[in-house]
Amino acid sequence: MRRFTLIAVPYLWLLALFLVPFGIVFKISLSDAALAIPPYTPTLDLSEGWAGIKALFAELDFDNFVWLTQDDLYWRAYLSSLQIALFSTLGCLLVGFPIAYGMANASESWRPTLMMLVILPFWTSFLIRVYAWIGILSTEGLLNQFLMTIGIISEPLQILNTNKAVYIGIIYTYLPFMILPIYASLERIDGSLLEAAEDLGCSRLQAFWLITVPLARPGVIAGSFLVFIPTIGEFVIPSLLGGSRTLMIGKVLWEEFFSNRDWPVASAVAVVLLLILVIPIVLFQRNEQKQREAEQ
Amino acid sequence: MKKTLVPAALALAVGAGAAFAEEVRVYNWSDYIDESLLTKFEKETGIKLIYDVFDSNEVLETKLLAGSTGYDVVVPSGTFLQRQITAGVFQPLDFSKLPNAVNLWDVIKERTAKYDPGNKYSINYMWGTTGLGINAEKVAEVLGEDAPVDSLALIFDPANMEKLKSCGVHILDAPVEVIPAALAYLGEDPDSQDPDVIAKTEPVLTAMAPNVLKFHSSEYISALANGDICVAFGWSGDILQARDRADEADNGVTIEYYAPKEGALMWFDQMAIPADAPNPDGAHKFLNFIMDAENMAAASNYVYYANGNKASQEFLEEDVIGDVAIYPDEETLKNLYTTSPYGPKVQRVVTRLWTKVKSGS
Repeated sequence: MRRFTLIAVPYLWLLALFLVPFGIVFKISLSDAALAIPPYTPTLDLSEGWAGIKALFAELDFDNFVWLTQDDLYWRAYLSSLQIALFSTLGCLLVGFPIAYGMANASESWRPTLMMLVILPFWTSFLIRVYAWIGILSTEGLLNQFLMTIGIISEPLQILNTNKAVYIGIIYTYLPFMILPIYASLERIDGSLLEAAEDLGCSRLQAFWLITVPLARPGVIAGSFLVFIPTIGEFVIPSLLGGSRTLMIGKVLWEEFFSNRDWPVASAVAVVLLLILVIPIVLFQRNEQKQREAEQ
Repeated sequence: MKKTLVPAALALAVGAGAAFAEEVRVYNWSDYIDESLLTKFEKETGIKLIYDVFDSNEVLETKLLAGSTGYDVVVPSGTFLQRQITAGVFQPLDFSKLPNAVNLWDVIKERTAKYDPGNKYSINYMWGTTGLGINAEKVAEVLGEDAPVDSLALIFDPANMEKLKSCGVHILDAPVEVIPAALAYLGEDPDSQDPDVIAKTEPVLTAMAPNVLKFHSSEYISALANGDICVAFGWSGDILQARDRADEADNGVTIEYYAPKEGALMWFDQMAIPADAPNPDGAHKFLNFIMDAENMAAASNYVYYANGNKASQEFLEEDVIGDVAIYPDEETLKNLYTTSPYGPKVQRVVTRLWTKVKSGS
């Protein structure tokens, strides 16, 4: 019984905050757009009782999902979002791992300060920090002025309103989500393991590769998920820093919702996005589980 | 259709800390009123006014269609209002509570009746045109003294745009404004609902897009005023505000506004009360307050847009009532056209075309 209550809490959480909202979005994605409040049809009419529920299901169909396959806009937006998310995650990893490694190897007295410095930017609104990048990256911005003053470039670089600015904004914003889990796993590594490896004839580089990297793996995986998943649906950063040629699924979804007033197609876009994220993650975790069982 | 520098809606509570028995919530375009009117309303009526702002019709419409916005007064533009009336978003106005409605201007009421038959659901707040804002010196420098500044050819003829690219062009990020203009340029009916006719604008727009610095609906005010860009296709009052800012800054920038000779879109922002408004009685008091001749004049004097209030005209300053860019003369008035809302299928064609124009795919 106690075990049951223990499991019940997380499952209830999942049910209330994931499955129920997903069910609502999925139902809307099977509806048709209408000029009404709310702007889709059919809606659930409980006064009709069982007959009303049956009538509701009779009217639902998969037309909106078929529609998504008919215009290449959607799959190109998905692909370009996947690409941006993938490269941003790699970028965060390349920048974040050395920072986390440095933090974990700093002296005990320094670590709280370093940790503080990583968290400090969160004290300012995310929106203001992204706006600040506009001031840095624009053609008359700080970066271009600096580079032109020291004579590296003679013409200002066009960074703002391109994908470069989107990458910079995403990597900057999500970096702490990569650093913190990696730091957590690096910090736990027992220093005597590395000493033992060196005693047994490993070079420092070999010891790093054979001991530190495998033990940091859980942190790297957690960090990558924390960056990759929100990035793929990112809307604010591409709309502020990107140009009109930056194609991301978050923007397409916004247009369906606001410009076309087509909640059903917008919901279908969201459902497909969720499937694109959930299926690989579930497969990946199952694979991890199997490996772990095989090792034991 | 008024937008400003602040892209996100920011809430502005005007209450001065006094205790109020009731409150009324107004949702208006950003930077679209003389703010001293808000405190004046609270003093006169004893009602607490909660004044929030938005910057796009699409955002307002999505909130209204989701229902239960909690707002008592909202300000959609005509074409959006028409569709929202069909969806049952608004309640009919009770004109017995609106004695100041006698101040309204017949000329404007006739035109807004296209969107709100009989003017049963809304009153006109302000109206304006969509046209060309130019930095006179820079355009003359790039295109010569005889540049076609009063013609849509300025932005739709690639020969002009390729030269203007060097000094910067902003275009409204609003297909419902730009596509009718492109149709007018091509000599088609700007109000066409035919997807095949709308498709004719695609080559014109895709040829223009690479030379556009930015598609945006509010940044052009400061960009024009600072001299960062030389041409903007935007809303009349915004461009006149840019002219005013440049004058005040005395930075050597001269901004001019032209309603294109091929025809300019005339639009109306209408005040209406949602069907589920928590305080419809307070909402009527607010509408009546706004329709007061002096109050409405104060608002227009502040934002440089014309209003639909005949009685307010005697209180308007000369640089508002006397400016043909704000109150067009008979000649210009003939050249103005209005549009109707797109149906869902056509809307999809329009949005898709716009995405293609902006993203190049």
